[in-house]
Parts: sequence; C-alpha cells; structure tokens
Amino acid sequence: MKRTKSSRLLTGFMVLYLIYTLVPLIWLLISATKTQDDLLSTPGLWFGDSFALFSNIKQTLTYNDGIFLRWLGNTVLYVVVGAGGATLLATAAGYGLSKYKFVGRRAVFAVLLGAIAIPGTALAVPTFLMFSKLGLTNTVWAIIIPSLISPFGLYLMWVYANEAIPYELLEAARIDGAGEVRIFFTVALRLLAPGVVTVLLFAVVATWNNYFLPLIMLSKPNLYPLTVGLTQWNNQATGVGANPIYNLVITGSLLTIVPLVVAFLLLQRFWQSGLSAGSVK
Amino acid sequence: MARRQEAKGWVFVGPFLTVFALTFLAPIGYAIYLSLYRDQAFFGGSVFVGLDNYAEVLRDAKFWESAGRVLAFLVVQVPVMLGLALLAALAIDSARLRGAGFFRIALFLPYAVPGVVAVLMWGFLYGDTFGLAADLNKLLGTDAVQPLSGSWMLPSIANIVTWEFVGYNMLIFYSALRTVPGELYEAAAIDGAGAIRTIRAIKLPALRGAIVIATIFSIIGSFQLFNEPNILRTLAPNVITTYYTPNMYAYNLSFAGQQFNYSATVAIVMGVFTAIIAYVVQLRGSREAL
Repeated sequence: MKRTKSSRLLTGFMVLYLIYTLVPLIWLLISATKTQDDLLSTPGLWFGDSFALFSNIKQTLTYNDGIFLRWLGNTVLYVVVGAGGATLLATAAGYGLSKYKFVGRRAVFAVLLGAIAIPGTALAVPTFLMFSKLGLTNTVWAIIIPSLISPFGLYLMWVYANEAIPYELLEAARIDGAGEVRIFFTVALRLLAPGVVTVLLFAVVATWNNYFLPLIMLSKPNLYPLTVGLTQWNNQATGVGANPIYNLVITGSLLTIVPLVVAFLLLQRFWQSGLSAGSVK
Repeated sequence: MARRQEAKGWVFVGPFLTVFALTFLAPIGYAIYLSLYRDQAFFGGSVFVGLDNYAEVLRDAKFWESAGRVLAFLVVQVPVMLGLALLAALAIDSARLRGAGFFRIALFLPYAVPGVVAVLMWGFLYGDTFGLAADLNKLLGTDAVQPLSGSWMLPSIANIVTWEFVGYNMLIFYSALRTVPGELYEAAAIDGAGAIRTIRAIKLPALRGAIVIATIFSIIGSFQLFNEPNILRTLAPNVITTYYTPNMYAYNLSFAGQQFNYSATVAIVMGVFTAIIAYVVQLRGSREAL
C-alpha cells in the first residue's frame, strides 16, 4: 500500500520548479499583448498600458504581404509529409523487424544502432554538400527527405510491436488467407495505434521545431518554415538598417507554440501510454 | 515457418532502409570522401591529401577550444538536468504530491516549445533593454545580472537547454517507474522500508536503463549544441565566436568560409568523438547493471 499523506518539502520543490517552467511562457503570453513601445517601457511580467494582442496578431499575419502565413503553410507541409512519412516508415520497419526473422535482420539492427549514435547535426553539413551536388537545395525535398527517418521512432515501434502483437493473431489471419501487407494494415496497425500516435507526435515535434536543416538548405524566404522565418525577423533588430519588430517576433513565437501545446494536451492519453510501453525494455 | 514467409519482412523494412541509406549512409560516405581532399588555392580543383585534414583538425586550436567548451558544458549541464528530472519523476511517482497529474503535464510543456522559440524567449528575458534581467537589475538597483556577458553566457545557454529538456527526461523516467509491479512496494512496506530505502532498493535499479539512455541522448545533444548559441549570437556577437561550439565551427567553415573539405572533416571527427563517448557510457551503464 502506498501512503497518501502529501509531503510539504516535495510539494514546495515541485511548485518552485513549476514556477521556473511557466515564467517564460507567461512572459511570452503577456508580452504578446503589448505594443512595441510598451515592451520597452513596462515591466515584463505585467500588462502594459494598452491591450494590443489582436492588433499584434493581425500585424503578424499581414506583415510583408503575409509572409508569416506562407511560413506556417510551409511548416505544415514539412510536418504532414515529413513526420507522416517518418511515422509510416518507422511503423512498418519496426513491425517488420519484430515479426519476421528474415536473413540479414541482425545486420540491419547493427547498422541502425550505430546510426543512432551519430548526431543529426554532424550529418547536416555533409547532407547539405551532397544535396547541393544533386540540385536538391532550395527545394522542399531538402527538408522533407531527411525528416523521413526517425531511428528513435523505429526503436519505439519495434519494442511496441514486440509487446502488442501476438504471433498467434498473425497466424490466424494467414490461415484465413490474408496477405502479409493486408495483415499489417487491417490487423497489426490497430494494435499498434498508441505506439503510432506516440511516434507521430514526436516526429511532428521534431519537424515542427526543425531549424538547423532548413537554415542551411534554404536561402529563399518563401520556402522557410516558421522557425527560420522568426529568427530572420529577430535578426532585423540588429545590424545595418535595423528595423526591430519585437512585437511581431513575440506574437509570432506565441502562434508557433500554440498548435503543438494543444496537440500534446489533447492526445495526452495516447502518447503517455505509448511512452510507458517503450520504456519497458 | 517457411523461409519465404520470413523473407517478406523486407517488404516492411525495405522502404525505411532505402531512405536511411540516402539520408544517413550516403552523407557519411560523401563526408569521408570530401575529408580526404583539399581545394587548391591557385590552380583550382581539388587534390587527394590522405589524412592531412584530420591531422590539421587535431592541431586546430579553434577546434579544441570549441570541443572543450561543449565538454565543460555537458559535464555540468547533463547531471543537473537529469538530476532535476529524476527528482521530479520520483516526486510525481511518490503518491505524496498533490496534483501529480497536473505537474506531470505542466513540466513537460517546454518540450512542445520549438527550440528556436525557447531561445528567442530566453534571449528577450536575458536582455537588458527589456526583459526580466533588466527588471531585476532595476529592482535591485544594480547592473549585476548580465546573462549575455562573457562569463555568464555558457551557464545562460545551459539554463535554456535545461528548461527545454527536464520535462522530457522526467517523463522517460516516470514511464520507467510506472512499470515497477505494485507487489514490490507492498513487500518493501511489509519489510518496514522507508521512502528513501524504497527509492534506493527498488526505484533506482528500475530506472537504470532509462538513465543510461537519457544520459547518452543528452551527451549527443550537448555535442550537437548549435541552435542556442547561434541564435543568441545576434544578441552578443562579441561573446559568441564563429567557433563557439564544434557544430557552429563546421557550419561557419562551410557557409562563411567555403571550406567544405575541412568542414566535413570537423563534422566527422565530432561524430566519432560523440559515438565513442556514447559507447563508453553504454558499456559502463550495462556493466553496472550486472
């Protein structure tokens, strides 16, 4: 039996940590309601003289012929195709590694484990050099293709498939005459669903947050995702012909966060169960 | 079972491996190829130089300065971050914390914030024009708080990284704790074990695998350090050099200096370093588990 008496020391520590976690987010939320003048002249953690949230949002969306919406659209494209593709590939591969003892399986594992240790950014510069030889830089493919691989997603799906799909079920489907691919889509995928949501969510975060890769691959602003676009706006504040648009950077940042936070909150139940399955091993 | 049946596994693994070869193996191969050549200054074209580029990297003071910096960073930042994550996970799992579910989701939130936005946000907070550092200085009547100055910069970056990833690691640890069967706790309670003993005898051993994995991923992350210093650079161009971290060095060699061969060599050397350290951590971690 667990004791249920709550501990003050523990609660105190956690409340402190909670404050540390939330202060920057609260600051962002409050700052998004301020005009540029208020940002510079009023204290950070309290509201300014005016409430400019809606005019800030409107300005953010329309500044420079609505380039922010363009960036948002690009980000969505990279996320849907990149993260969606990554999830599909990782799910199929994790399932294949878990349920088929084909020749060469051990070699596949060895290569993948080696690859996980290689930092993604160490690969980014060589990938750029290769893609520029192939003429792929400054195209959407330069972002989408590298996003399609998630070694961590594969690992998670492999563990999950080991736990969630009994061999007997596959045997039964085979006796019924179903082909392997059909079994995967009709029988296995449903059992793998919580794992799939988890992998999808983490792939979405990785692509939505992607900065280094688009920074080096793209030089056309109309292909930028939100992350690179926002830093570009931020850079306007310094250098020759400085034209700070702090209020737009801040409001844009807020708008960039909201979709992911909402997704995580709504899908809590799925990804938390998917993660616990992944940590069994 | 029939071999032909088992061979169908390739249908599922094949697509992943194809893209994997294109995005992982091919760039590595291409980088190795590049690292063996050098551009000729006067005649154009490039010549095969064997391992000369590697020898140059190993003698390069800028490279060692940047590598030393991320090493110092990770020696302090990784234990602090994982320590906090561990404490939070144990607290949330302890059943002695009110509103544990709320804490769990709230502490995880920063993970959903794009790294770029986190850095922009903290950059504003650190700034002395507006932001909390300025407010704090005004409040205290000093100018002692200078998060963007020389000696503060590395801890300031460490703070951003910690803020971003404590929640994520906490969740990994918490998930591992959830897999401990309840009977173990009951047995411990019957034996009269207190909270501390239960943690040491049951919870920490159950967490070992998760801790090793989290440590490896954090080390890899530290060696890759790029976004935070590169974005903060606009705020403090004199503090953050173009070779502040190995990754920034490789990036700037390529994009500011057009030294692609040398840049590829730096990337490979860092990749090898990272892989070796991750491997050693894994070996130590699994040996202690025996």
